[in-house]
Amino acid sequence: MNEPNDIMMLEAIERYIRGEMNPDERLHFENLRKTNSEIDQLVVEHTLFLQQMNRFSEWDKFKTTLHNVHTDLTEQGKINSDKLKGKAKVIYLWNKYKRVTAIAASIAGITAITISALVWSVSPKQPSTAEVEKLKREFTRQVSKTHKIEQDLQTLKENVNNKTEAPAFEAKVGGTGFLIDAKGLMITNAHIVKNSKNIKVSNIKGEQFNAYVVRLDVNRDVAIIKIDDSRFKPLTLPYGIRKTNSDIAEPIFTLGFPRDEIVYGEGYLSAKTGYMGDTLSCQITIPANPGNSGGPIFNHNGEVIGILSAKETQAEGAVFAIQSKYIYKALEELKENSLYKNVKVSSKSNLEGLDKVQLVKKIQDYVFMVKGD
Amino acid sequence: MNPENNEKALLQGLARNDRRSVESIYKDNYSMVQSLIINNNGSADDAKDIFQEAMIVLYEKARSGVFELNCQIKTYLYSVSRRLWLKKLQQSGRYSGEVTNAEGFVQVEDDIEEHEKRDLEFEMMAKAIIRLGEPCKSLLHAFYMEKKNMQEIATSFGYTNAENAKTQKYKCLVRLKKLFFSHYKNGTRDE
Repeated sequence: MNEPNDIMMLEAIERYIRGEMNPDERLHFENLRKTNSEIDQLVVEHTLFLQQMNRFSEWDKFKTTLHNVHTDLTEQGKINSDKLKGKAKVIYLWNKYKRVTAIAASIAGITAITISALVWSVSPKQPSTAEVEKLKREFTRQVSKTHKIEQDLQTLKENVNNKTEAPAFEAKVGGTGFLIDAKGLMITNAHIVKNSKNIKVSNIKGEQFNAYVVRLDVNRDVAIIKIDDSRFKPLTLPYGIRKTNSDIAEPIFTLGFPRDEIVYGEGYLSAKTGYMGDTLSCQITIPANPGNSGGPIFNHNGEVIGILSAKETQAEGAVFAIQSKYIYKALEELKENSLYKNVKVSSKSNLEGLDKVQLVKKIQDYVFMVKGD
Repeated sequence: MNPENNEKALLQGLARNDRRSVESIYKDNYSMVQSLIINNNGSADDAKDIFQEAMIVLYEKARSGVFELNCQIKTYLYSVSRRLWLKKLQQSGRYSGEVTNAEGFVQVEDDIEEHEKRDLEFEMMAKAIIRLGEPCKSLLHAFYMEKKNMQEIATSFGYTNAENAKTQKYKCLVRLKKLFFSHYKNGTRDE
């Protein structure tokens, strides 16, 4: 049988199994089954296979329910969690994807697939760049010749200081990124780093570190990068990443690098969905300039609720952020890679009750300027 | 509602993956299993794994429709968890005599064996799907699990028309079957 025939046959078999054939068709097909043992066998095999798929799908859904129920009940304090306070609780929640057996790896994988499939189904096509302006900085646009020389000198100096043999690094795009775990994993926008060979990040003290991309999701515009530099010392993050949705009108603020200096901006959450109803992002009102892209959006408790990503060119003041829950989705997918399966991210902030000035002081060390060439 | 009917309703809900029933069973039994595990060399993580596995055993049992309420849900979950934990301790060489805190429990060997067989099959399916890669994973998921029609799939995956999506789906399915059945044959089936 050639391919188009096979495809037609498969379609017929599926319609037959699902009971979608009209009586005539059905009779005809049943006769075919009787006379052609090859077809009969295909039907039997495919029925079994579909049953298996169905059961698998149900099982998978049930596992998801269990995970969600567990998380919710723990958060609501309805199940005993006396051994699970503070950090332990977070690790505990995060370890839920970590299982001793090999079964676990596949289940986590499947959960990720389910989620990514859902993501696909709920997200609209990626906004066209004409309508939504990505907020990265174009360094080349601004760099005059003198600047360039200065920069070269700077790079040279850095190279001498760092004793690295890295080739001269000329930043072309820049944005903001922030740490999500102690060991240097960082979130930024994919559009900042996707075309860069080298990535450097620098903190407010001006210390510069090399970084590389570990996961790029161009569709969702999220990149996970990792600081790869012996001079980088693991840090304990003061803030957590929020798992649930935030409410409209909630006051928010962001830190970013639209200039070489860290810049604070504040605003509020305007809508629970993003551009064209995208449910994984949200609309915020906040001053955003090129360079703010990839910056964290914090609520007043110092929890990360989103990643600043783009603004609509046709409407004033409409800025979009990717919701923080997506960070968890991205991490789940990242954890399929055994190198990262132990990554731990906190959903709890230790910053409650601080005023803005104190909050920012505690947080600013963990927000980085991201540069790519 | 008398307790027995209530349990029956919970089990029916569980079989339908009804969120409220799952939550109710979870809430009423988790602490018991957690203390069993923690008092016997386990961590909170172990407790969660074991309890969720026991919940899956109960779910399968409830779905099979032959679950006779010859014991309470509580006793059943306790027995399954206890048995699963014993097994795990033995496997990891941490087993030291009897698992303490033994309240009344029922025989669940057969159920667990059945569960393990099924788990193995699901594991093979999961492996096969992971090895399949994108876009096949999402494509087949959309068709067979989310039960979307070809037109919707063509639109959301950016195929020019339903015919193209069909061809692609066919190719993916052939690959998945091949992967699945190769696992199946080489798998741990010794019968």
